[in-house]
Amino acid sequence: MSNPILDVQNLRVRFETHHGVVRAVDGVSFQLHEGETLGLVGESGSGKSVTNLALMGLVPQPPGVVEADKMSFEGRDLLSLSDRELRSVRGNDISMIFQDPMTSLNPLLTIGRQLTEVLEVHKKVTRREARQICADGLDDVGIPLPKKRLDQYPHELSGGMRQRVMIAMGLLCKPKVLLADEPTTALDVTIQAQILELMKRLQETHGTAIILVTHDLGVVAGMSDRVNVMYAGKLVETADAGPLFEQPRHPYTKGLLASVPRLTGDPNAELDSIPGSPPDLAALPPGCSFAPRCGLKTDQCTTHTPTLEELPTRATSRSSACFENARLTDTLIADTLDYGDRPQGGSFA
Amino acid sequence: MLEVTDLHKHFPIGKKGLLGKPAKWLHAVDGVSFSLEKGETLGLVGESGCGKSTTARTMIGLYPPTSGSVKFEGEEISHLSRSERAPFRRRIQMIFQDPYASLDPRQTVASILAEPLKIHRLAKPRERKLRAMQLLDAVGLNPRHIHRFPHEFSGGQRQRIGVARALALEPDLIICDEPVSALDVSIQAQVVNLLEELQERFGLSYLFIAHDLAVVRHICDRVAVMYLGKIVEIATRDELFENPQHPYTKALMSAVPHPDPKIERTRERIVLEGDVPSPLEPPTGCRFHPRCVERHKVEGDRCSTVEPQLGERSACHLSLD
Ligand SMILES: Nc1ncnc2c1ncn2[C@@H]1O[C@H](COP(=O)(O)OP(=O)(O)OP(=O)(O)O)[C@@H](O)[C@H]1O
Ligand SMILES: Nc1ncnc2c1ncn2[C@@H]1O[C@H](COP(=O)(O)OP(=O)(O)OP(=O)(O)O)[C@@H](O)[C@H]1O
Ligand code: SF4
Ligand SMILES: [Mg+2]
Ligand SMILES: [Mg+2]
Repeated sequence: MSNPILDVQNLRVRFETHHGVVRAVDGVSFQLHEGETLGLVGESGSGKSVTNLALMGLVPQPPGVVEADKMSFEGRDLLSLSDRELRSVRGNDISMIFQDPMTSLNPLLTIGRQLTEVLEVHKKVTRREARQICADGLDDVGIPLPKKRLDQYPHELSGGMRQRVMIAMGLLCKPKVLLADEPTTALDVTIQAQILELMKRLQETHGTAIILVTHDLGVVAGMSDRVNVMYAGKLVETADAGPLFEQPRHPYTKGLLASVPRLTGDPNAELDSIPGSPPDLAALPPGCSFAPRCGLKTDQCTTHTPTLEELPTRATSRSSACFENARLTDTLIADTLDYGDRPQGGSFA
Repeated sequence: MLEVTDLHKHFPIGKKGLLGKPAKWLHAVDGVSFSLEKGETLGLVGESGCGKSTTARTMIGLYPPTSGSVKFEGEEISHLSRSERAPFRRRIQMIFQDPYASLDPRQTVASILAEPLKIHRLAKPRERKLRAMQLLDAVGLNPRHIHRFPHEFSGGQRQRIGVARALALEPDLIICDEPVSALDVSIQAQVVNLLEELQERFGLSYLFIAHDLAVVRHICDRVAVMYLGKIVEIATRDELFENPQHPYTKALMSAVPHPDPKIERTRERIVLEGDVPSPLEPPTGCRFHPRCVERHKVEGDRCSTVEPQLGERSACHLSLD
């Protein structure tokens, strides 16, 4: 396979707070290739956004501390870049669609000012050209009257429109890597489909690699090549999208998939959820972080920490961090089921 | 219990002219009517920007309505002054769409949750902290985290603080503006189950704004579908999901992604053609007609000239015939 565009080995991010050290990301490794979409799912508070912020060099330091054995973009070490070099990468080569549009947009500046600024920093364009490009960008994300919207302030837009402004901003410079953190949560399904389609088009024409963080497993299913599952700062499972949904291996992934509300089935039944509450990252239990909520735990689980291990499947590579892997593998059917080709445009149109 | 009649909210847009008149009016909410019974959950769904949040905010008096009425237990509440509204403020709570903007960054979670109890004199100072911890526990957060500040929580955790704050005053009606969209599905399930449990215990009513139709199907008794400032279809949950009438509702239903790659990648969708129309210049006739795939079934040019009224159920010439 070609060289990865992003290569992350053993990424650790901790926050040193008054209440102790919060290990938000705890030894995460993954690679991302050109044109690939990596889904990132997991418990709320498991470190998905912080992982992306670390890639952007945007973790607040202090209280944050970012360390990694390796964190490179196109072979360049991101951790050793100067502020200036980082600024030229950020927003241009790697851009991020932030989870919270309201805190990431400046309430005092018009939408137009904020969008054109991005272009003026990274590309040589005149004011006028910049305005036109930005209006087109808003049009692409389905915002009516784009020219008028450029002169409005964030509070004058609906929640979903603000989110789409963030998306337009993330796509303006046609980045090589797009970190999309919950890009479509505030959007209705028809506009969501339109946005996902737009991201796919960008991927096809520019080979953009995408990390897609989302709680919507339907979106993950439709968009991702591979999926990483996080729990309490660690990757607990990684697999190609098809096999993951077909046969989740890690008990957390199983619980997650079982919690998805569906359009079929008894609407009056209580929704399944994973019992117990998420762990306190400042005081993790010894052993497997999921053990207190896991139905399969054994004594070993509360004393030793499982590592992410490759599972013996024929077709695809997949790993899970669970001591019960050996027991579960007996039942693992060969992951050779045919998922067909990746959707080519169309399916989200 | 709650009765909204012909509610309008228009925002001035553009520079004011010589006489101080705004250039244009944006019709964010353009004649919305519905009612809500005690113990009932009404879903409000629709395209981004169609006026759902504005409807909610106007209902609770955050925006003065342009016209129309909002009655709570028979009393008009939309035109009240701040002090006149006080007794209703405890009974009607709102969970905001944007948890970041609605939590004071300088207050700890303890004071965010205790503040409303203090204002409404609902608990003794010593009890307040205990109550705050109970609330955190109820929404699946660690009670020991009450001395933390909002920025120390993740997106989904902050959303749950908003839910806990709304529950603090034990209201009768909660307006939930996308209360679970930032949560992972397992915690979403916990919060949804919690909302349902509270409803059963205290006879709470909810106005539930959401984009996730599977969640809406789960929690709502009735559902209203909005398009460009108007309700285009309103029906009981089962009627709406099993037999959607309005072409927009059908398109919405068909666009729901499915959490199984095999199904998701081969699924049939109704593609909405055309641009999202502008609320400044809504299309003539049926507001949905430029994007409607069924208008050829209606004779002549009625769809583009005559506005279909919301009858029993769906504002579409097809179902009115
Ligand atoms: N500035 C900070 N100070 C202290 N703790 C922090 C800070 N930022 C994040 N955290 C903690 O780090 C953990 C990971 O947060 P992160 O935002 O990455 O979660 P997430 O997986 O994106 O969750 P969500 O799905 O809810 O957005 C959380 O437990 C959060 O409380
Ligand atoms: N304070 C304001 N000033 C001017 N226009 C506004 C204001 N608030 C909302 N609008 C406009 O009113 C329309 C409806 O917005 P609203 O926030 O109600 O949409 P929504 O249905 O909640 O959408 P979403 O699903 O994206 O949250 C939008 O066109 C928006 O730009
Ligand atoms: S009235 Fe006509 S245009 Fe409007 S939804 Fe019905 S068929 Fe479509
Ligand atoms: Mg996040
Ligand atoms: Mg809204």
